Amino acid sequence: MIQVKNLTKIYRTGVVETKALDGVSFRIDKGEFVAIMGPSGSGKSTLMHILGALDVPTEGEYFLDGEKVQSLAEDELADIRNRKIGFVFQAYNLLPRASALKNVMLPMVYGDVPRGEREMRAKKLLDTVGLGDRLEHRPNQLSGGQQQRVAIARALALGPAIILADEPTGNLATVQGEEIMEIFESLNQQGHTVVMITHESDIAKHAKRTIVLRDGRIVSDQKIWKSQN
Amino acid sequence: MITSALEALNTNRLRTGLATLGIIIGIGAVIALISLGQSGQKSVEAQIESLGSNLLTVLPGAQSSDGLRGAAGGATSLTYEDAQALVVARLTTIVNISPELSRRTQVSAGRNNTNTQILGVIPTYIEVRKINLTSGNFISQQDVNSLSKVVVLGPQVVVDLFGEGVNPVGQTVRLGKLAFRVIGVTESKGGSGFMNQDDIAFVPLTTAQKQLFGVDYVSSISIETRNKEVMTEAQNEVGYFLLNRHKLNDPSQADFSIMSQADILGAASQITSTFTLLLSGIAAISLLVGGIGIMNIMLVTVTERTREIGLRKALGAKKKTIITQFLFEAVILTFAGGILGMLLGIGLSFLVSSLIKMPFALSPTAVILAISVSGGIGILFGWYPARRAANLSPIEALRYE
Repeated sequence: MIQVKNLTKIYRTGVVETKALDGVSFRIDKGEFVAIMGPSGSGKSTLMHILGALDVPTEGEYFLDGEKVQSLAEDELADIRNRKIGFVFQAYNLLPRASALKNVMLPMVYGDVPRGEREMRAKKLLDTVGLGDRLEHRPNQLSGGQQQRVAIARALALGPAIILADEPTGNLATVQGEEIMEIFESLNQQGHTVVMITHESDIAKHAKRTIVLRDGRIVSDQKIWKSQN
Repeated sequence: MITSALEALNTNRLRTGLATLGIIIGIGAVIALISLGQSGQKSVEAQIESLGSNLLTVLPGAQSSDGLRGAAGGATSLTYEDAQALVVARLTTIVNISPELSRRTQVSAGRNNTNTQILGVIPTYIEVRKINLTSGNFISQQDVNSLSKVVVLGPQVVVDLFGEGVNPVGQTVRLGKLAFRVIGVTESKGGSGFMNQDDIAFVPLTTAQKQLFGVDYVSSISIETRNKEVMTEAQNEVGYFLLNRHKLNDPSQADFSIMSQADILGAASQITSTFTLLLSGIAAISLLVGGIGIMNIMLVTVTERTREIGLRKALGAKKKTIITQFLFEAVILTFAGGILGMLLGIGLSFLVSSLIKMPFALSPTAVILAISVSGGIGILFGWYPARRAANLSPIEALRYE
């Protein structure tokens, strides 16, 4: 599903080189729920950008769903993001002027989904995140938790290979954050691969595996065995 | 795409409106000036055409001597005898020859008087200039030979001296100090202001020369050619004939000039089209300023919507898609401005041409020009901001606060 080998990312500002990632390798299989953790400056944002095909590594290989991502051109990366990756951002990043329905339909516009099908699919997705009665609401008419649920529906729009969540509960109160995590868990149970970046260990507990980064390297990678209760 | 562009433009209506205003004014000015220029040209053409076609005009002294050029019509080098000699020569390209002496003088009848153009003519004038009479007769050869004190009045002069609806034939009018008998009235030919062809009085050429003004030259000789095709040939024949008669052997020394109707028309329309071009140039500059305004607004929009652009790119929008989106917004702005500006320009030129009583001309070229130019301005000035939007890195754009 996801395979990275020896990922290295070097930022240059003038003559100063900063190694944000230093030889990171791992593999995430289909149906996993992985939390990537680490303090700020550990390289987790850089890793997220590369996994999200928003950026390319300086060195190393990245295979996503069988496609070699690291050598693609800008528009090809856009295509990968559109078809294979469902983003959920900390700040929701919804279009402020568009309704919930329009926001969910947006990736389908870029993915050339036929017009008639877009609305049908978007309605169904909003239904599954519990917002079937808020289709025409604009982001400023929704609570933070509701906005993040619209964002999750949008991430699912084209049936992505992975859902990539960047601090998805960072802007939310604890209760709402828990609700969001429950949605991720149920999505994972339905077979979706979820990769989540967070620095909160409470949130990371919902995942089945945690990868911890420090100074651009993996310091731990372990599965969490949860007891059914 | 259209709805999302309209929504984006709708969120900041005042700004959108102000940006469009630049284009409205620019396009409006261009359209107004082009169509005013064209109606001006049309009215000049119409007036010159009405003077008669197949017409050559010989003017005295307009050729340069030692690099100096006398004012046309101001010299005295043409005479009635020149015209008579031309008649005797029987050039095959020529049908009629009409020598004319033109002066302005005071005309009075009883207590009324007016200042009008006096034209000394011979009977052929009526053929050359296609004059019709509403009553009485025109100047006869007998009148010319015997220096008769008779006058044919233009309709405007009749109104000025006798009032509406009066037939003045048989009455007496004074030209300067001399009494003349009115023998005819010409039909109205129209024209206005300094081009009014009805504000005129005709007298025998000889009478005008000897009795009224005491000169022995003519101010022009009008020549009607057989048809339009022989105009150039006639121009050459007349030219060499007069050179020979004036004992000059080099055309560059000619003490007269020959203009065809086409020359006069050409000169007149060259003046009007130069004016139109000049004014349109100024209008085009205002259009350019409007375009820069659009570019400015689009750059502001791109900066404001950096996060949105980042999101769209993260969700799979390709460069081309982003460029199209922003170009679309710019083109909608300028296109709307173009249409409104066109209406403004048409309204303005209609108003002005009805105020100064010119024929109103709206050229389809101007309309097509306005629409395509305004769309083009949108693309031209929207291109850079759109490209800037498309080249934003999605990471930077998502992070932008």
